[in-house]
Amino acid sequence: MSEKEKNQKPKNKDAGKIFLDEISKSPLTVTILAIVSGLILGGLLVAVTSEEVYQAFGVSFWSGVQASADAIWATYKALFYGSVGNPGKIISALKDGDPLAIRRAFNPFFDSLVVSTPYIFAGLAVALGFRVGLFNIGVEGQLFIGAATTVTAAIFLKGLPSIIHIPISLLAGFIGGGLWGFIPGWLKAATGGHEVINTIMMNYIAFRLSEFLLRGPLKNPEGFTPVSAPIEESAELFRFFDNPIRFHAGFFIALVVAYLVYLFLFKTTWGFTLRTVGANPRAAKYAGMNIMRSTVIAMFLSGGLAGLAGANEVLGVNHNLALAFSSGYGFDAIALALLGKNHPVGVVLSALLFGFLRNGAIQMQLSAGIPIDIISVLQALILAFIAAPAIIRTIYRLKEPDMDIDSVTLHGWGGN
Amino acid sequence: MTTNATAVKHELISPTRRRILGIIFIVIASLIWILFSRTLESGVQTTFRMVPGGSDQEIPNWVFSSLPMINVLAGVSLAAGGYQLARGFKKRTNLVLGLVGGMFIFAFLTWATADGSLNLAGLIRSALVKAVPLTLGALSGVLCERSGVVNIAIEGMMLTGAFVAALVGSLTNIWIGLLAAVLSGGFLALILAILSIKYKTDQIIAGTVINIFAIGITSFLSARFLQKYQELNNPGRFPTIEIPILSDIPFIGPIFFQHNLFVYAVFIFLFVITIALYYTKWGLRTRAVGEHPKAADTLGINVFRTRYVSVILGGFMAGFGGAYFTLGSVGRFDELMTAGRGFIGLAAMIFGNWNPFGSFSAGLLFGFFDALASKMAILKVPIPSEIMLMFPYLATMIILAGVVGRGQMPAADGQPYEKE
Repeated sequence: MSEKEKNQKPKNKDAGKIFLDEISKSPLTVTILAIVSGLILGGLLVAVTSEEVYQAFGVSFWSGVQASADAIWATYKALFYGSVGNPGKIISALKDGDPLAIRRAFNPFFDSLVVSTPYIFAGLAVALGFRVGLFNIGVEGQLFIGAATTVTAAIFLKGLPSIIHIPISLLAGFIGGGLWGFIPGWLKAATGGHEVINTIMMNYIAFRLSEFLLRGPLKNPEGFTPVSAPIEESAELFRFFDNPIRFHAGFFIALVVAYLVYLFLFKTTWGFTLRTVGANPRAAKYAGMNIMRSTVIAMFLSGGLAGLAGANEVLGVNHNLALAFSSGYGFDAIALALLGKNHPVGVVLSALLFGFLRNGAIQMQLSAGIPIDIISVLQALILAFIAAPAIIRTIYRLKEPDMDIDSVTLHGWGGN
Repeated sequence: MTTNATAVKHELISPTRRRILGIIFIVIASLIWILFSRTLESGVQTTFRMVPGGSDQEIPNWVFSSLPMINVLAGVSLAAGGYQLARGFKKRTNLVLGLVGGMFIFAFLTWATADGSLNLAGLIRSALVKAVPLTLGALSGVLCERSGVVNIAIEGMMLTGAFVAALVGSLTNIWIGLLAAVLSGGFLALILAILSIKYKTDQIIAGTVINIFAIGITSFLSARFLQKYQELNNPGRFPTIEIPILSDIPFIGPIFFQHNLFVYAVFIFLFVITIALYYTKWGLRTRAVGEHPKAADTLGINVFRTRYVSVILGGFMAGFGGAYFTLGSVGRFDELMTAGRGFIGLAAMIFGNWNPFGSFSAGLLFGFFDALASKMAILKVPIPSEIMLMFPYLATMIILAGVVGRGQMPAADGQPYEKE
């Protein structure tokens, strides 16, 4: 018995070692460690910028450490309560059975899903571009234009049943955003003008255009502020619960669209062509694939997905269009597409993470006094670790992967 | 050798491009005629005031008949178009294009001011001031990209510079605030350099990381400290320095020589960077690394070190440009106060063909449209200012598309270098 154990032990160790090696090489490990590291650094930032912590360090070292821990704990507790819900409140609401209290208790969770929804669309937009070797920084602008075309369809088409009005409004957003992506795509294909610069420029043109529209043609004639009229009720996306829960059908539309993007990219010839162009344009060219057409199609689809993000916000949440209603979806979308390895499933998961973070941060700001902007810092840190996996590998002494399959291939300004 | 090469490139303006530009000149001429001349009654007068507000110079207003002036401008543009089609301006084509564009703008102003008055000196002065952050941002881009590293993080570096200048300037004094801003830009640039040179991260992604980080950290710290303790957000501003003698020149003096440190610094940097890039060994090496790193490496130039130095210098420049917002303009930090100026600076760099004086010209042009947009309401012109403000972006896209001549970006721009 004892001999057997002795014989087995080294074997087990080997198995364990192999297992650790595999984990160590897995790209997923890097992703998870990137998120964890980001959260740790975010916690440190909270502690370093907290006055209570400095005062406590003035008293003694240990009380300082304790104050830091308290500050970090309070921050992440508020973040959790704000994004998922307060378990205590949920249990007591369920016990009491008061429907309004139950809805209020579950509201943070559903609201996180609501916040995640535009992230799914926007993340898919960026991911689709990356898959074709295109860097779509213009999601923000495409989202604006999509929202503007959607709101136009949703306000000025009257007397339609919802079953027709909603798809038309969504389609309007898809086409609006798509056209805004098509222009830089076409410019890239026809003239070689780099899409990064053109989409940045198109963002600012979109901002100016939406300012113009909301001060002029789209402005609510009955109001004084640059806000559009409310959309027709027939165009509003279905909400599953009564107030205050805003959870609406858009979330499921986003999941369906994510699945469609998956099917398109991985199960169709067109998708294969686009991915080949992205992975190796030279090989694609020799195989007779039309790179120009792929570029234009990809940018149109990418813009269209971004337009759907805008449409979703208009039809599902705001029910009108206001100035600068989106703040930074475009940049966040880049981060989450990379976090999700440009795969629709990964994008949905990352979008949920970002949505829960962003929604929880609102509560965090209210109850723990931590400015919501810390979320941007977290996103930047996570993105830095994802973009430069070598940092994470060095810090945590991970093994090099056999092959870096998921690295994004982009091309310099010159487009070669 | 490089000057030779560019000279050759200029000589070889393709016949197609020559014809397209000729047609563009003629189109501009006819636009001047149709839009401005045909819509004006004869006998109206345009009045330009020649002294910017705040100056005590006394120069009589420039009053002239609107219609003849516009017709002359249309005629000269038409003649330029005809000559371009027939013979071509050769290497002066771009200069002529600029002049024709300028004539269009002048015709527009004459038309818009017909029967009214406009402070021309004030408009030019305002354009120059608005060009300052754009040019500093563009110079940051020039320094980075000439060595082959794309910097789309100018915006983030400027925002950080603005924040640090306000905070440190309030805690110590304005000069240390300026120094800290410059260093903070350099620090972010170091991160960009490490990510893109050492870790070979895609440079655009690395730049995006810095932009998101800068937006987050400045807003976070501002909400946490500056809004609570107002005394931390009161760095003061650099005073206006009137340059003796020069500031007394009529018209030009108040426009160019009555500013604070930042405006003069732009002029100094323009000359310093131009000389450094084109007339020193360092500049030749930097440009070589940006154009063909492998060849440069073969000749014994340390590609990595050259890129680190250039990117960090670019970061210093962006930090300095950021300090302009707090120490040179507003006197306090507001969240997201750079409002995309870093990206317009990037556009100005492209518009200016990756070249310091070109960037400055582009910055002036963009600044001019910015200044003009704020005057549109006064001029009672039926163009919404929002449409006017789209101009810099549209112009950049047109330039990038190569309609009026392709820019000459550094050949290895954006490509990480791998030593073999």
